[in-house]
Amino acid sequence: MTEREKILARVRQALKTPAPLPGSHGKIHLPAAEQVRTSTAKQWLPFVGESFDERLALFAKNAAELKADFQLFNSADEMRAALTRLSETEKWQRVAGHSGGLTDAICATLGLPLLRTDRPYDVNDLESCDVGISECDALIAQTSSVLVTNRSAGGRALSVLPPHHVVLARREQLIADLPSAFELLKQKYAANYPSMISFITGPSRTGDIERILVLGAHGPKKLTILCF
Amino acid sequence: MTFVSQFLKQARVMTSDLRHRRIIRTALGNYEIVRDKRKAAFQNWQSARQLAAETKWEAVNHLDQYLEELVAKLEARGTKVHWASNSAQAREIILQIVTEKKARSVIKSKTMTSEEIHLNDALEHAGLNVVESDLGEFIVQLRHETPYHIVFPSMHLTRDEISELFQRELGSAATNDPEELTMIARDALRKKYITADIGITGANFAIAETGMISITENEGNARLTAALPKTVISLLGIEKILPKLDDLALFLPMLATMGAGQALTAYNTMYGGPRQPGETDGPEEWHVVLLDNHRTELLADAEQRDALQCIRCGACLNVCPIFRNVGGHAYGTTYSGPIGSVITPHLRGLHDWKHLSNASSLCGACTETCPVKIDLHHHLLQNRRNAAQEKPSASEQTTYKLFAFAANRPKLWNFGRKVARLFQPLQKPVKGTALDPAKAWTQTRDLPPLAKESFKDWWKKRK
Amino acid sequence: MTVTLFIPCFIDALFPRAGISMVQILERLGHRVVVPEAITCCGQPPFNSGYWDEARAVAAKVLPQLANADAIVIGSGSCGAMLKVFYPQLFEKTPQAGLAKQISERTWEFSDFLVNKLGVTDLGANFPHKVTFHDGCHGLRELNLKKQPRALLANVKGLQLVEMSEAETCCGFGGTFSAKFPMISTAMGDVKCASATETSAEYIVSNDSSCLMHLQGLLSRQGNPLKTIHLAEVLNQK
Repeated sequence: MTEREKILARVRQALKTPAPLPGSHGKIHLPAAEQVRTSTAKQWLPFVGESFDERLALFAKNAAELKADFQLFNSADEMRAALTRLSETEKWQRVAGHSGGLTDAICATLGLPLLRTDRPYDVNDLESCDVGISECDALIAQTSSVLVTNRSAGGRALSVLPPHHVVLARREQLIADLPSAFELLKQKYAANYPSMISFITGPSRTGDIERILVLGAHGPKKLTILCF
Repeated sequence: MTFVSQFLKQARVMTSDLRHRRIIRTALGNYEIVRDKRKAAFQNWQSARQLAAETKWEAVNHLDQYLEELVAKLEARGTKVHWASNSAQAREIILQIVTEKKARSVIKSKTMTSEEIHLNDALEHAGLNVVESDLGEFIVQLRHETPYHIVFPSMHLTRDEISELFQRELGSAATNDPEELTMIARDALRKKYITADIGITGANFAIAETGMISITENEGNARLTAALPKTVISLLGIEKILPKLDDLALFLPMLATMGAGQALTAYNTMYGGPRQPGETDGPEEWHVVLLDNHRTELLADAEQRDALQCIRCGACLNVCPIFRNVGGHAYGTTYSGPIGSVITPHLRGLHDWKHLSNASSLCGACTETCPVKIDLHHHLLQNRRNAAQEKPSASEQTTYKLFAFAANRPKLWNFGRKVARLFQPLQKPVKGTALDPAKAWTQTRDLPPLAKESFKDWWKKRK
Repeated sequence: MTVTLFIPCFIDALFPRAGISMVQILERLGHRVVVPEAITCCGQPPFNSGYWDEARAVAAKVLPQLANADAIVIGSGSCGAMLKVFYPQLFEKTPQAGLAKQISERTWEFSDFLVNKLGVTDLGANFPHKVTFHDGCHGLRELNLKKQPRALLANVKGLQLVEMSEAETCCGFGGTFSAKFPMISTAMGDVKCASATETSAEYIVSNDSSCLMHLQGLLSRQGNPLKTIHLAEVLNQK
């Protein structure tokens, strides 16, 4: 017998005795039901508003609380100009990014050396970049999260190794809540999920020293979300 | 020294350490404020809890099916799955991978399961350089300590203590600014991620439907650990299962709310294996080690099976008045607080660890807060019952037999009360000393005088 | 209505005035009070220590004493929880299971009985003092007593209730816990006493005399002038 078989045999043996129903605190003993879930998460999670504008406002409010920099523009051109200003203010020398509908044109206008992480790259080069610029799969109003996958956002490390992560997004990528995010993932990828899916909610942070918030523990100190 | 005498000794030391008690109280007081704010943001927190309990119940009560589904999905995408019945097997599996890869250095993201199997000792013994990357874990590793708390490993330390530690161990400049201290750790660890041969992670959830490991964190250290080394190993208990990917829509915010009072932690990442065709980074190999280590024994106890629903949020520790007064290290276990007191007797032996179930006032604050509705304080009561049934203490059993004998004879009971009242003045001069039969009470507390006229005396007279 | 009053052992021997107050209040409300004198203890000490056989031996003598009672009232959240929540578990799969369940259904903690069974919140009491209320854990979490005692205190003339920050934190008594782990029990009690002292109340009121015994023991030893009093005694003050 392999360990797998032994463990599974122990599990099956153990489960022969039915357990009290969930949350009943031992009160009701019934045989295990196939489907015990009586509701779905969407209705209990934090409220996100009815209209797009309410959700946009919620995203902005949450982002501010998280100390993420969320900027909204009327056009791609405005967004491009803002990125150039950011590059100048922060004196970027080297930029990392990936190819995409939004990133291609915008990164080219920066006129800086660009490390592409959607091609084989050296991790030391990425480490020395000032910023990682990526697209995303969605922006989530409920938590002000940026949903990325390694397929949509230039691999596993781009959004977490450089000290600053800049996300480029379109307004229509804003979705309501976490259940919608998983629905979107299913629609987009169910046949073949990317090997990494990540919900990024604010810049890297820690409270491990006296529970005092410090940004940039190991990942980016700054998260900038540019959206038009 | 036995585990119980060790605990008693530690409890005495820690409860008289007012400085320590103040640190913990302040930290957890701040936690309570943000936790309550996040709970209030839910449209209905109690319904969310019920759904979470139902979802984990489903996973745990059909664990065999979900484990098979998880493993099939993981293997289909190139993850190598290993099964370990106990700690020794898990350590051996990991050592074998490390040896095959001729690895010299390991970077770890936070995993309590690796504490449970004492993995770091085994790796270091085999000559590897092992570095904890979570800031709190990094700090306690430098101090050669175990994590103080399953979510806040270094919450017992002040910034000054951490500063001294960094000066001594890392040669850094003196500073008591938390930001500067964090940057010292960040700089010390940057190169380690890039040069480490192996990354080791834990898991918060394992998704059966899609074959994914879900990791919740704030620092980005787990993201880096799972991105840069060529080989990554995830170690997890078999109970970490969730049936469906979208179950995370509830569990991620719930874990963040109860764990740290956040709406969502900074990074919640689902990994579906090693680098896939066409991907440009990520490990070449991904290993998942599924650990039993007595979990199936807990599973076989239908009464306490819900303890396997635990998502390790630490909320029960945070509200526990015992934990808040003795601290995390006094327990002498990997998992402390109420959940630790419930499961440690199952994981490491009832008779060595039953004292943790006794060391509770059964106040139920843990049960009230648990996001997956584990019946924690009643399980402590059941552990007491099981321990007394299997191996009763002769003195305690005799006491209770005499107690029952007297209680069932009202006249004898009443006579006893009267005798006790006569003798009570004699206790006064020896109050709190070794001669005082009630010294466990009277060392710190006065005893109320027995009433001259008991209620029943009054009642009889009145009739 | 005939009310069967269950007098816990420590109320009988240490705090008879709490029991007397309950009798007087219930009689003033026009009810007939009976007290089964053969009952000494509910069996909680051996039960909480894991000695369920010994607990069952005690509880088995209690059950027939209460078999015909319409309403059983207990002035303690802790003993109330023993009858209401734990008796059915203790007698599960025994011939007395049915009786234990019936008794559980007819058992009321004192404040719960007044407010939710009798629908009374104003007893015409007068207690011109600043007080704070301690929620005993068994009452709070096993019996869901939170609003009931406060509804009663709200109608006491002259009484000012100031909630303490740690109202719902355990006082550290915990039955045999207080003797097995006195250092932890005392540390918890100190937290509670400090929290109560902060309110500058004159009295800690509770519906559990056992918690109050622990707190009063600490307060007296430390020379803290704060006093403790059972809810029923407050409600019986004219």
